[in-house]
Amino acid sequence: YLIPLSSSHYPVNQTTMHRPSLSACQLILRSFGRSGGNIVASRRFASSMNVRDALNSAMREEIERDPNVFLMGEEVAQYEGAYKVSKGLWKLMGDKRVIDTPITEMGFAGLAVGAAMAGLRPICEFMTFNFSMQAIDHVINSAAKTYYMSAGDVKVPIVFRGPNGAAAGVAAQHSQDFASWYSHCPGLKVVSPWNSEDARGLLKAAIRDNDPVVCLENEMMYGVSFEVSPECESKDFLIPIGKAKIEIPGNHISLISYGKFVGLCVEAAAELAKEGIQCEVLNLRTLRPLDEEAIVKSVMKTHHVVTVESCWPQCGMGAEIAARIMESQAFDYLDAPLTRMTGADVPMPYAQALEAAALPQVADIVRVVRRTLNRAAK
Amino acid sequence: RLRQSLLGRLPGLSNARRLLSAPPSGMPPDDEKPMFPGSRSSFTTQLDFIHPENFEGIPVYRLVNRRGDLVDGAPEPTLAGNKDLCLQVYETMLQLNIMDKILYDSQRQGRISFYMTSFGEEGIVANAAALNPNDLVFCQYRESGVLMQRGMELERFMDQCYSNDSDMNRGRQMPVHYGSKDHSFVTVSSPLATQMPQASGAAYAFKRMQNGLCVVCYFGDGSASEGDAHAALNFAATLDCPVMFVCRNNGYAISTPTSDQYRGDGIAIRGPAFGIPTVRVDGNDVFALYEVTQQARQLCLTEMRPTLIEMMTYRLGHHSTSDDSSAYRSVDELSFWDREDNPIIRMRKFLTKRGWWSDEQETATKQAIRKRVLQKFAQAEKRLKPNPMEMFSDVWARMPPRLRQQMEDTRRHLEAETSHYPELKNYKPIADVE
Repeated sequence: YLIPLSSSHYPVNQTTMHRPSLSACQLILRSFGRSGGNIVASRRFASSMNVRDALNSAMREEIERDPNVFLMGEEVAQYEGAYKVSKGLWKLMGDKRVIDTPITEMGFAGLAVGAAMAGLRPICEFMTFNFSMQAIDHVINSAAKTYYMSAGDVKVPIVFRGPNGAAAGVAAQHSQDFASWYSHCPGLKVVSPWNSEDARGLLKAAIRDNDPVVCLENEMMYGVSFEVSPECESKDFLIPIGKAKIEIPGNHISLISYGKFVGLCVEAAAELAKEGIQCEVLNLRTLRPLDEEAIVKSVMKTHHVVTVESCWPQCGMGAEIAARIMESQAFDYLDAPLTRMTGADVPMPYAQALEAAALPQVADIVRVVRRTLNRAAK
Repeated sequence: RLRQSLLGRLPGLSNARRLLSAPPSGMPPDDEKPMFPGSRSSFTTQLDFIHPENFEGIPVYRLVNRRGDLVDGAPEPTLAGNKDLCLQVYETMLQLNIMDKILYDSQRQGRISFYMTSFGEEGIVANAAALNPNDLVFCQYRESGVLMQRGMELERFMDQCYSNDSDMNRGRQMPVHYGSKDHSFVTVSSPLATQMPQASGAAYAFKRMQNGLCVVCYFGDGSASEGDAHAALNFAATLDCPVMFVCRNNGYAISTPTSDQYRGDGIAIRGPAFGIPTVRVDGNDVFALYEVTQQARQLCLTEMRPTLIEMMTYRLGHHSTSDDSSAYRSVDELSFWDREDNPIIRMRKFLTKRGWWSDEQETATKQAIRKRVLQKFAQAEKRLKPNPMEMFSDVWARMPPRLRQQMEDTRRHLEAETSHYPELKNYKPIADVE
């Protein structure tokens, strides 16, 4: 798919050294999913995996592990997925485990919920979450609320997954970020992976979870490769739902984000590090339940906070994080108000320059961090 | 046509014609069957739009008429060969009717918040009688008769309507939104027709499990207009799911008569369009209903495919306690169905003519049922409501810390300010839950 525009490094975890920047050639190789050996000598046993393969391997392993798990969605079987996330699965597992559905989100979401109610564990793929609006009654009224309304009689262990948020040049009806909409509802769990490790661990945890889980991925991340630890490649690698991760520790300001925008925060952090500003990049990983403890701890350490998302400003994730900080002891530790960086308050425009202007960019994050810290622009 | 018949009698010539008009090398001649993917029919040169109004409509299967007589030429119904089952079905219909009357009145008196009756549609009891008790039921909201036939005790209906501590739903559902795992009855969900694709999905799961059971999905004539209904029927057919769809066509969707709901021949005509074996039945004839249900179930399981039953009936009551149907239908219409054509009256006539029932038994049974219902009703009314902290459980499989915190804060608040919450005396004691 598309290679990232800036050749930044991809940190694996905070205990390793930052690797040197990769050449464009190496980046291209990795984007197309060829895990051709180690690129960095200092990370023995580490291998490279793109987000698509991470999701693909997670689904394959879970389907092999549990006979009740199956995948359904539009084009997931023979076509291997609209974004090839289910590549090879149908060939391997057949019609019983990978099912193509007719074009009715309302219909197949309802069907998946019914299958879950009767004892199976479906993975219901929405081609993008924009189309989930046609099925949202089933996600909320049939899945999220049923365990509660049946007083624990009827369980719905289902996973709804698919790309969320903006892609590139697909305009308003294909670009909405549904993080707010879904994390608003009790009864649902909502996760949003950024890198390959997130994708593998969170999707596996979601499939094994007995509650309905919404997994918000991002189309632009599917082709992006990351180094993954040997643990990540284990068949039982799970990331606990409800726990955020500090991607880069820092003392001056907390950058809180989820999904694709964690990557932008990481890039901004690298740029700001050159002028001595240490950003702590907190990857939320789970949006519901939000890891409030991690947010509070980080803000109490750094005293400054910026949130980054692609939801619209009103009632976005930043609004919730701001409220939580105010309600907690972290409020007393703030040296400046929170700034929430969000998508522009317009339906996503199509033209490339307008689309770029409608979403937070690395330069915007850098500028806002400097402003929050009262540093002059360079 | 003349030319064709001539050609037919002269095989040599017709062969020549075929050769002359044959398309170039390798392709089949184009005057035989259509080759389009999924095509099943033949070509025609006759331009005829199918005018739906020219068709008489799918006939209504009926065995016993309004006077309680077996229709001339009708075979002896299976149900009629089982006197005990007949009487049990009849008494269950009576009990449903009487419970409905009492609970409807209790709403009018402000004792419960809401109710929906099954007046005129008690025949659903006969439909349930023909099912396996483990067949999974997804229903709309007017199918209490199914639960009653499956043996759910009177008090549980009342407890649910009162949302008391014995309520199976722990006070989380409106009245009549029953659910019972023990009776294979999925909790009623308010949004219309959402249960339909769920039923198809559950049937798909049952097919995978090979458990010899089918799924039964009830829905109304109005719900059949929802997009979900279309998807459910189509999926059930394309995925070969053993689900029996039962449409209660009772003439009204709140105030919308069927003449405004659809232009086609009801819901039954849609079944064959989806590739589903379909039958239309007189829903007020319990004998026909029983027969049809048995056959449909057999078909579902032996052929592993869905079936569609449209039961024609009439909604004698208002849509719910929030409705006054005198606003949109005439007293005369109502009174005809009430007096002449509903499941209870018609079965009663049949049973009486068979010598299995009498006026004395009718009076005595009704009295006994009424007494029992009132007794259970009084008990349910007195029971305390659940511990208020139960409001916080079952949102997720495990209560997350933040919700637990909210629960503890609420408990502390209620304990400190009890005097401001006089209704708490009607609730079980406040205590934290898991």
